[in-house]
Amino acid sequence: MSGASAESTAGPAPALVRFGRNLVAAPRRFVETMFRSGAPTSDRTRSTFVFGNVFLHLHPARTHRWSLRWATTWGLGIASFAALGLTLVTGVLLMFYYKPYPDVAYDSIKDIHFVVPTGRFIRNIHRWAGNVMVVTVILHMARAFYTAAYRRPREFNWVIGMLLLVVTLALAFTGYLLPWDQLAYWAITIGANIAQSPREVTDALAMTGSFDPGGFQKLLLLGSDTVGAEALIRFYLLHVMILPLGIALLLAVHFWRIRKDGGLTRPDDAALRLGPTQGVYPVFREAPQRTYQLAAIVRGKTAAVGRGPEGTVPAMPHLLYAELAVLMVTTFLCLLLALFLDAPLKELANPAVPENPAKAPWYFLGLQELVAFSAFMGGIGIPTIVVIGLALIPYLDRETDGTGQWFGGPGGRRLVLASAVFGLAAVFGVEAIAIRFGWIREWWPHAPQLLITAINPGTVLTAIYGAYSIFLVRRYDSTRAGALGLFTCFLAGFVVLTVIGTHFRGPNWEFFWSPAEWPGH
Amino acid sequence: MTTQPGRSAESQRSRLDPEPIPRRDFLGISALLAAGAALSVALVGMLRLPKAAVLASPSKRFRVALPESLAEGAPYVPPGRSVALFRDREGVYAISMICTHLGCIVKPSATGFDCPCHGSRFAADGTVLRGPAPKPLSWLGVTVAASGVTVDEDKAVPAGTREHLA
Repeated sequence: MSGASAESTAGPAPALVRFGRNLVAAPRRFVETMFRSGAPTSDRTRSTFVFGNVFLHLHPARTHRWSLRWATTWGLGIASFAALGLTLVTGVLLMFYYKPYPDVAYDSIKDIHFVVPTGRFIRNIHRWAGNVMVVTVILHMARAFYTAAYRRPREFNWVIGMLLLVVTLALAFTGYLLPWDQLAYWAITIGANIAQSPREVTDALAMTGSFDPGGFQKLLLLGSDTVGAEALIRFYLLHVMILPLGIALLLAVHFWRIRKDGGLTRPDDAALRLGPTQGVYPVFREAPQRTYQLAAIVRGKTAAVGRGPEGTVPAMPHLLYAELAVLMVTTFLCLLLALFLDAPLKELANPAVPENPAKAPWYFLGLQELVAFSAFMGGIGIPTIVVIGLALIPYLDRETDGTGQWFGGPGGRRLVLASAVFGLAAVFGVEAIAIRFGWIREWWPHAPQLLITAINPGTVLTAIYGAYSIFLVRRYDSTRAGALGLFTCFLAGFVVLTVIGTHFRGPNWEFFWSPAEWPGH
Repeated sequence: MTTQPGRSAESQRSRLDPEPIPRRDFLGISALLAAGAALSVALVGMLRLPKAAVLASPSKRFRVALPESLAEGAPYVPPGRSVALFRDREGVYAISMICTHLGCIVKPSATGFDCPCHGSRFAADGTVLRGPAPKPLSWLGVTVAASGVTVDEDKAVPAGTREHLA
């Protein structure tokens, strides 16, 4: 026994000694086993670092350098995801104290704001991250559109993106209902009545008695015929459970399809535009000479065919660090906003007196402007047409020219600029007429209701934009040109209507040049 | 040959043109359809739950005493209610102040009623003057007794219906 310990190389050390050594080595070995193949120091281990990790393996092992240029995406998708992450974390924290019952909801928000340690800050972050998410999701959509990233084989993912936009707005809407303040109460009331607004049509056709989808939708949302406890718990359930589950499901598909559709869009001559790989750390060094593909399973060309792997760099560190940077910038932005700007909380809900004006958060004020002309067309008709129109873009534009380039396609940047001018002029014109001369009921007081419901300034704008787009398709003999024009016009219309709703509408939804001119009350 | 004529025709046909749906496929498709149908029925059953059968809402009937000083054609809004009560020579009537557009509460004004949310304007009898409201404000059923006026917010009556004062 004593001899064995003297000559350590001869036989195995006593079990107790080995136990001691194992104990000392345990932390190191734990870390080693956590990452399956060691530190990411070589091409091989950088790859396994990504695909051997359950959280990272949705990433490719190698990323094309084109995808890593800031100007390719501006990181907007990751920024949206980061903002969603922030709202999830802060949202769970808020659920510790929030109580979804009308008699205590308002007080619990006040508690969170004034009593709960860090409560105000967490609520502010939640609010700002939600706002940032709305912005980045819209910008992300614009990026995907203007770089023609919706084209084959990414059509389906663009449609998923449309659904994600709708769910994002629904999350924002259900979120600001929960504090049960004046904004919340009247937003629920208006929202539920927009859901009921198909009655404008069924009433005009005298069929509400037998066919009443509007009434059904309102009943489903409110769980009652008045806005009360049932409505609040339903919107709470939507906000914290149903919609988050929905967005998680859609995001899983969205991310998975990015990989399966071949990563981010890039022009065919991306490698040429980027120039040689020299100076990029770490360059492709020790990978196998041949690339193996699941040739029997994977359809179509693989990314490396005919191009070689030169354009790619390891996802670890390049892609992962870029994503981390976007996450940090987004977090920083939300925290900064949350530090200086408090989330609003109005007076306790008062079912007898709506605020004047009763304004939704900024992202719905464009819709509110349209709803102020007719509820069904402005609140359901036009938004549905726009979302379906957007979702159809990849199926109507099957061209390939300009894929992966900003404002790519016939017409390009100049066409986008011209369309922006046209879109702005059209929305200014229609709104100016509506504000200065009134709308249908002021011109023909006895116009049938169906006409008033259908002919909304939004309807007129949609028709003008559609006609302009068809003109462009013919003029450039290109569907992409039509799509560029239409999307730019709608973006311009959305921005202008939002600004009008935000800054130029006052009490009784009348037009004022500035809030300073609002009559006192 | 003892083969029955029917059988031989069958085997001939299956050699040239195989059965459209082999038995095994037929059973598989049936199973799929059955599973799909069962899951659909289950889904419909689950969707039935959120559509409430009993609506828990406070009573829509209330009783008020009109102030003695109420001028003819001037609205009286009982506290906490969204109903404007009027009295004129012909009797008492009530007009709902819930905007027919999107449910905001309208405010009595010099010309009738104004909606603060989306700018609908109504005349004193509830007819739409301008704005997006699709219908006039509803007139509500009232009953007059010695103890006061009872208003039923659930009962719409034709515009112009007045209840004579006792």
